[in-house]
Amino acid sequence: MFRKIIVLGLVSVFTLASISSLMGAEKITVKGSDTMVILAQRWAERYMSKNGNISIQVTGGGSGTGITALINGTTDICNASRPMKQSEIKKLKERFGTLGVEIPCAKDGLTVYLNQSNSVNNLSMQQLKDIYTGKITNWNQVGGKNAKIMLYSRENNSGTYVYFKDNVLKGADYSPSCQNLPGTAAVVNAVAKDVNGIGYGGAAYAKGIKHSKVNGIEPTKENIKNGSYPISRYLYMYLRNKPTGAMKKYIDWILGSEGQAIVNEIGYFPVK
Amino acid sequence: MNEDITKSNKSAEDKDIKFTTNSEFFADTEDNQGKRPEKEKPINPYLIHSPLKYGKKFYISEFLAERFIQIVAFTSIAFILAIFYYVFQEASYAFRGEKPKVVQNSVQKKAETLVQESYGSDNVPDKQEKPELLQQEVYGAEPSNPATSDTNTVASSSLEKGRDKSTELQTTGQEKSATIAELLFANDTIQGKASYIWQPIGERPKYSFIPLFFGAFKVTVIGLLIAAPIAILAAIFTTAFAPRWLREIMKPSIEILAGFPSVVIGFFCLITLATIVQQLFGTTFRLNSFVGGLGMAIAVIPIIYTVTEDALASVPKYMKEASLALGGSKWQTAYRVVLPAATPGVFAAIILGFGRAFGETMIVLMATGNAALVSGDIFESVRTMAATIGAEMAEVEFHSVHYGVLFLIGALLFVVTFSLNAIAEFWVRKRLLKRFQGK
Repeated sequence: MFRKIIVLGLVSVFTLASISSLMGAEKITVKGSDTMVILAQRWAERYMSKNGNISIQVTGGGSGTGITALINGTTDICNASRPMKQSEIKKLKERFGTLGVEIPCAKDGLTVYLNQSNSVNNLSMQQLKDIYTGKITNWNQVGGKNAKIMLYSRENNSGTYVYFKDNVLKGADYSPSCQNLPGTAAVVNAVAKDVNGIGYGGAAYAKGIKHSKVNGIEPTKENIKNGSYPISRYLYMYLRNKPTGAMKKYIDWILGSEGQAIVNEIGYFPVK
Repeated sequence: MNEDITKSNKSAEDKDIKFTTNSEFFADTEDNQGKRPEKEKPINPYLIHSPLKYGKKFYISEFLAERFIQIVAFTSIAFILAIFYYVFQEASYAFRGEKPKVVQNSVQKKAETLVQESYGSDNVPDKQEKPELLQQEVYGAEPSNPATSDTNTVASSSLEKGRDKSTELQTTGQEKSATIAELLFANDTIQGKASYIWQPIGERPKYSFIPLFFGAFKVTVIGLLIAAPIAILAAIFTTAFAPRWLREIMKPSIEILAGFPSVVIGFFCLITLATIVQQLFGTTFRLNSFVGGLGMAIAVIPIIYTVTEDALASVPKYMKEASLALGGSKWQTAYRVVLPAATPGVFAAIILGFGRAFGETMIVLMATGNAALVSGDIFESVRTMAATIGAEMAEVEFHSVHYGVLFLIGALLFVVTFSLNAIAEFWVRKRLLKRFQGK
């Protein structure tokens, strides 16, 4: 008798919970860039704490993953740290009949990470290209000590990887001894633990390591805003159609003062 | 009734042998009515109260259960074959691109630039089709140094260049299909020496299986070389030397270790083990195949241990007792009598471990550095087949050449593990059995 009451109680609790989660709460899925995942999570948390009736799910996985999910229809919003390619827009058009909507939501200066104990402080774009394509292999060729340069990079599903390849390597191949790590946090961890390491990634992750100047220019807010830092880029959100309803409110909030203040908090730079 | 039983007890014992042949056992069932012999059959007291007296009675639940098990078995086999077929079919996309030919200067291709509408960014200049307009709308202050001309152009439009899709590196639109020769042999030259490159994303994608296969093999061999001796010696200890109470504790705890999630092992290797290895051995690469092999060993030891322990425990007791009786020590018994007798089982354990290690994804994804290098140095990064699939599958465009190549890697994994198991099962085990059981 007692057991029946307990079982009945549990079953009713579960059904009530599932029903209430299905009713009323709007769901928005956000997938994509690993560079933007901290930012997207912070936005989602703050927004959900203010508007209780909406539930936002944020996942990482890389820009490529997010764009593929947008094309396949498994996500509403896609975060990307690189713009969509023509071939991807074409696929989206074939599948859904729209070209998609691009929303730049933050600016980022791609930071070059160096270990804290590294004496090198400045690298030119040409040196960066030569280091990552394998022409320069020793730190003493760029002004450091006599040690082999250990290259760390992202996996090739990452927007950061593609952006770096297009803009810094100008389309050349990465050196085959470049180690590919699954995520910016892994790159930061590897460079922090390896005295001869060099890596790259978003500015928000730079903890425990130091960043190097590129062409003598620091990645500060002013330099990125006026475009003098050579590897600065927009961070995008892509949608299939123009936003309406709850999604429109969320995106307007992100582009408004509160959302952009959060961008500053995390370490990126506001879009305006 | 009782006296019948006691009386015919003796006769039943005498006639026990008679009831072992089928014809006599079922002689008095209804089925044999036409052929029933006329002579009187002695009553077997053991059969009077059992339904087997009438032969195999038809139980509906038994019948349904048998049919159900048959259906499940055939469905699973059909399912496995369907998976094989699906993987090979998807892998054929690798060969459906354009045949490789001379590539024209692809940047001049007049493809229409699809421009997306933008939302919410009022003061960011609109994208135009003509690149000249873009260059005029410089974002803020121009750098005053004219000497570094490339910084000039890069700095003033680094942001806008990113948004301008018309200057995107255009590919020909039709992807070059991967050829078997490219996959298997050297496909690029670095500094004049033939080398194998895996760079699927880029202007000219480069696919090659050699570094991936080599990497998987290297990590597996290192893992097995570390894990197999430890596991086999542990199994020998548990079976032959450990007191009973210790055995009851050890066996379940190592079997629980088999359920350890491989992500946690990979994470542990990445954060802690790699630093320790680098400090001990002074390696250049912090994440290398040795660290991956160590992680693999942690994952594979419980499997080899369990199967070896079962094999050793199922060696017939008379062999062990005979050896001990003839004056052998415990170690001599274990190493020279029991272990050789259990060799087929030990061999099967190692093959199982190899299969597990070859397809392991998460550990190698985190702990080996994923650089597709081919060399004999165990302190260099490697890229395994399973880690490649794990890292790249999520982003790849559907039905592209890259997609097909990834499925081809999966098919290769299938084929390798399957053929290894088949060879081990059908060929080597029989020979080992014959040798060690003296037939």
